[in-house]
Amino acid sequence: MGVLMSRVAIVGVGWYGFKPTTIDVSFQDMMFESSARAYANAKIDPRYDVDAFVDCQEDMWEGIAISDEFAPEPIGGALRPTFTVAGDGLEGIAHAYMLIKTGHFNVVSVESHGKPSEIKTLQDIYRFALDPLHVRPLDYVNPLFYAGLDAVAYMKRTGAKREHLAMVAVKNKNNGLSNERASFSTRIDLDYVLSSSYSIYPMTNYEIAPFSDASITFVLANEDYAKKLTENPVWIEGIGYSTETGTGATEWHEWGKMKSFRSAALMAYKMANLNGNPQVDFAEIEDRFSFMELLALEETMLVKEGEAHKMLEKGDLNRDGFLPVNPSGGSLSMGVQLEATGLSRLLEAYLQLTGKAGNHQLKNVRRGLVASWRGVPTYTSMVALLSV
Amino acid sequence: MRSNIFMKDRVAIVGAGITTFMRRALETPRELAWEAAKMALDSAGLTLSDIDCVVIGSAPDTFDGMHLKGEYLGDGSGAINKPMTRVYVGGGTGVFVPESAYWHVASGVCKKVLVVAEEKMSPAHPHPQYVFKYIWDPIIERPLGPNLLWIFAMEMRRYMAKCGAKKEDIALVSVKNKRNALDHPAALTAANITVDDVLKSETLVWPVNLLDVSPVTDGAAALIMTSENVAREITDSPVWVDGIGFTLENQHWYNRELAFPRYLNYAARMAYKMAGIERPWKEIDVAEPYDPFDYKELHHIEGLMLARPCEAWKLVREGYFDRNGELPTSPSGGLLGVGNPIAAAGLMKVAELFWQLRYEAGKRQVKKPVHKAVANAWGDLMQAGTVIVLSN
Repeated sequence: MGVLMSRVAIVGVGWYGFKPTTIDVSFQDMMFESSARAYANAKIDPRYDVDAFVDCQEDMWEGIAISDEFAPEPIGGALRPTFTVAGDGLEGIAHAYMLIKTGHFNVVSVESHGKPSEIKTLQDIYRFALDPLHVRPLDYVNPLFYAGLDAVAYMKRTGAKREHLAMVAVKNKNNGLSNERASFSTRIDLDYVLSSSYSIYPMTNYEIAPFSDASITFVLANEDYAKKLTENPVWIEGIGYSTETGTGATEWHEWGKMKSFRSAALMAYKMANLNGNPQVDFAEIEDRFSFMELLALEETMLVKEGEAHKMLEKGDLNRDGFLPVNPSGGSLSMGVQLEATGLSRLLEAYLQLTGKAGNHQLKNVRRGLVASWRGVPTYTSMVALLSV
Repeated sequence: MRSNIFMKDRVAIVGAGITTFMRRALETPRELAWEAAKMALDSAGLTLSDIDCVVIGSAPDTFDGMHLKGEYLGDGSGAINKPMTRVYVGGGTGVFVPESAYWHVASGVCKKVLVVAEEKMSPAHPHPQYVFKYIWDPIIERPLGPNLLWIFAMEMRRYMAKCGAKKEDIALVSVKNKRNALDHPAALTAANITVDDVLKSETLVWPVNLLDVSPVTDGAAALIMTSENVAREITDSPVWVDGIGFTLENQHWYNRELAFPRYLNYAARMAYKMAGIERPWKEIDVAEPYDPFDYKELHHIEGLMLARPCEAWKLVREGYFDRNGELPTSPSGGLLGVGNPIAAAGLMKVAELFWQLRYEAGKRQVKKPVHKAVANAWGDLMQAGTVIVLSN
């Protein structure tokens, strides 16, 4: 009956950080700040009103062997049902969605944070993610080479040129100028990007997202509670996540594609009772590498295969275009917040849909798509479809 | 949390698999995971293409030496072009993975879920205990160089002092579990020992002796969980998940009353409420309390409300928890007997209850008829409680 048919909505959000460094707070302080703001935003008391708490983090990013220990207290979940998802924040949203859909839980909060500024040896942590038998023995390999290989294969397949990749960076870096969370936005033009040297071929430093610190907390609720708690709930129409293959089996990855985006998108669209291409007003799409935005647009079926770079060239993906993509500036402007990256994109989509995006607010947006990837060297992606 | 009386689809366990628990396995973590997953798939008569979603459980990344361990285990656990997620509550992960699979199915998002837990502790150098140097609060505790055994020794000491239990009484749990494990084909440290053996074994941190502790182990376990309709097609004897419960205490273990596991009690109440169990000490027929240390089984029996606080050790003496006793606990042999590959050990306990409830446990089958069973696991800094209630 009613309970299972209930929709799931975002009813509150809080964030802290989006800065290259946050020396004045510990990661627990950041979690507390974002969570306290989210609960205030949803006007609830976490000790009474939240039925389950989800935290998303990975041990080695935190430098703690069992980082889950430090999850409950800052987010209000001590002695309450709390758990950690070792994955991106959007996976946490998927867990919250499922928890609410069981009918046992009314209100669930999801927190994720990243504090890369405190990681002294980021390159070495990345090395630990590489396959210990086949890849790690290649000494001092830059793990981002995976993205370079995918970029070249993508360009070859679709006919996108290096200029198109640079255009993504120019669009997103400039979009970020009107976003308060976009620490890495800058006014650059195409020539500037093209004239800088390659960082990972075929991408320059401007086409690879830097890191920033942030903590983000979302409060989700079922339909009854959502209507009680807020006047403008944002509904999660569908959410999907998928893994193409493990990090130790790169030979099964289809280079130049990202099949996990397609599987995740199909899962989300099916949940939303949509067939194929959904009509969305804007999208917050993975862009920690410039080519990824074009690739993810095609894989999520928002645009036809091989068309993304043509639309970009025509200006269709600009903020005033036919399909605004990354009006916030994306990860290229906001940085990558480790496991909170997915939530940072969800945050932008939520603010757009509730009309609170400030200077980069789009007009008349009713439905948006969020797509995020867990980054090199994984093949896991998440897609969320939101509407008001 | 509230009970959803409109629940459309019950959640069932229809297959289980386990690898041999061993020290210094030659298999990679991915291979261990697949070995268990394959056995579970075979036991349910399914293939990987039937599976909708994968839930992975594994404790610290540092044991396997892999950052993003869930992603690394992905293909080994069957997550090839499938929704895959890894949940993580420290040592409590083993029982938590099927709990997470429960809401994958109960929400209607997935129909057939492959649940995999894997742990390979041996490669940690020089000893897996070193991984636990990095679990402490980096500012307050880590500079003191604490060791995990120390705080458990404190907890055991507190239990002994508060409840009047002696080392001889607690050692009986180790004797029972290691004996039970003699019938488990996957067991690592099964043995016929006496209380004297336990007391005379090497003292690690007083009052914890070597035979009071479960061993360092490599291994994996897996389950297949499906919705009711699918389960009815697969098997005549599905095992139902009646209730799930999970709680995290704060990380300040030094501020707590260590004699009673409150984190577990809260989780147990949640699970019992969902399962409609009001008197667990009467209604539960068989239990798999988490027993990385022998005192911990007693602790958890009390937390699960299967015995009154401070009385479990008296009941052990009477043989109440033996395999042919009133309320058999750890009929598998538990972590003390079968081994403790952290996440896989918790899932092994759920797998054991699955076999017990289907009367498939062979020589390990408990004597009394079984209808309802409970398993729990414990983790983090003595703060995570995860409980699952099953029935047939």
